[in-house]
Amino acid sequence: MLFYIFAALAVISGAYMVLTRNLLYAGFSLLLTLLSVAAIYVLLFADFVAVTQLMVYVGGVLVLILFGIMLSSRVHDKSVMSENVNVGWGISISLLTLIGLGYTIWQASFSSLPWIQQANTDILAGQKSTVQYIGIKLMTDFVLPFEIASLLLLIALMGAAYIATDKQKV
Amino acid sequence: MLAFLLTLMLLLGIVIVLAYAERKVAAFMQDRLGPTEAGPYGSLQSVLDVLKLLQKEDIVPTAADKKLFKLAPILIFAAVFAGFAVIPFTPDLIPAGIGIGVFYLLAIISLDVVGLLMAGWGSNNKYAMLGAMRSVAQIVSYEIPAGLAILSVVMICQSLDFQEISYQQGILLNRFPGLEFETNWLFGIEALGINTTNIGGITTWNIFRAPLLLVAFVIYFIASLAESNRAPFDIPEAESELVAGFHVEYSGFRFAVLFLAEYSMMVLVSLVAVILFLGSWNTPLPNLTTLKFANWTTGTVGELSGILWGGFWLLSKTFVLLFLQLQIRWTYPRLRVDQLMHLCWKVLTPIALGIVLLAGIWRLLMV
Repeated sequence: MLFYIFAALAVISGAYMVLTRNLLYAGFSLLLTLLSVAAIYVLLFADFVAVTQLMVYVGGVLVLILFGIMLSSRVHDKSVMSENVNVGWGISISLLTLIGLGYTIWQASFSSLPWIQQANTDILAGQKSTVQYIGIKLMTDFVLPFEIASLLLLIALMGAAYIATDKQKV
Repeated sequence: MLAFLLTLMLLLGIVIVLAYAERKVAAFMQDRLGPTEAGPYGSLQSVLDVLKLLQKEDIVPTAADKKLFKLAPILIFAAVFAGFAVIPFTPDLIPAGIGIGVFYLLAIISLDVVGLLMAGWGSNNKYAMLGAMRSVAQIVSYEIPAGLAILSVVMICQSLDFQEISYQQGILLNRFPGLEFETNWLFGIEALGINTTNIGGITTWNIFRAPLLLVAFVIYFIASLAESNRAPFDIPEAESELVAGFHVEYSGFRFAVLFLAEYSMMVLVSLVAVILFLGSWNTPLPNLTTLKFANWTTGTVGELSGILWGGFWLLSKTFVLLFLQLQIRWTYPRLRVDQLMHLCWKVLTPIALGIVLLAGIWRLLMV
């Protein structure tokens, strides 16, 4: 029941975000979408992922987006409206993606997969959260991807700092 | 639901006392008397202020973005109030005892930022907009040293659960499920050979278990002042430049909600500081040979005495920190924006990073 409430919220706010012309409203409805997706993560026993989602997307990305919109819009005392371009191409590509995804999901037929049927609803099994397990996995089985991701972030950070510095013309 | 109502009532009570204390502390520091008319020593002043605010006309500016303007106070207060959900008030009283409470708290506070932007933009006022921008820039940057200071505590305690961190800092250590065979050593170092598990009191507080957390505590406290927009970090609502910052257009009940959210934020950051560094609901008095001060002032867990003592210690420590916040407001002048960013990025963040590294090494000494 809870799942349907949050799923509906996510879909409605996501649709609003796409359909509204006002960029700022789109930003704020993205907040609602992210919150409801976080709630769905909690329902799936992924508390760490849910909170990370809040931390990274709401605390970081969304604030950055809003800042960008607020600082760049209202150039002539009017809120920035988004415009419709490439209608034909947009519709056809999104339809094709939908068909492709739908076909894949249909072919996979989740309910007959063996590991889903054997899955236990008591995933946490006495543990209070998934953090310990995630930490151990990150430091053993997935240490290389983890480190590469951190390297990537470092490169992005240095690139951003380089772009932002004043280049003095000597 | 009961926890929701109880926390809300408690919070309202604390905020009203705090608003009164703010005026009195300010007055005494400036050699004035402060409120004296309403009630004995003016003690009903803030209650009457709230009543006055509730009766005022609800003004929504014509040119404001009405939907955002109305939604913003609710969002800001909801974000701050959601943080209280993971705060343990006594050994067995916590609204939501989730295992990743600390992480959740850090994340939910960032919702507040979105609310501030909403209020600033919705007001359609240049002062409000500038105030919101300054406020958000400040909160986002100071989250980093505060987060790193909290991270060093988490590394020492090996837990993201507020209640577990609380239990680790007192004589009830072995009562927490999963910590039955843990022992506390003086300064966390077993080689010193002084077992403080049954001594408790101040010797098991985190700032004593790992003395370098004292530095982390100072960093966290400074950063928390900035996060709750308190002086000397109050450029977001600098009266002489911005009138009142992001809430300049708000009046009546909406202003009351914003005011409440701001003071709740102060209470919340102080509570977190107490829980993470200053022993949470544990008593500061240690057991000394036959004088069992710690046992006498802890009560029995699960009974009324445990609840009362736990709540008493937590709230009194919080009030000490709140008093410090008020005192600092009337002691230090406001920082300029470049000084603000210099302090955050070039002073606090490097020190906090060093503390995190040292905390890891200290943890190795502790096991």
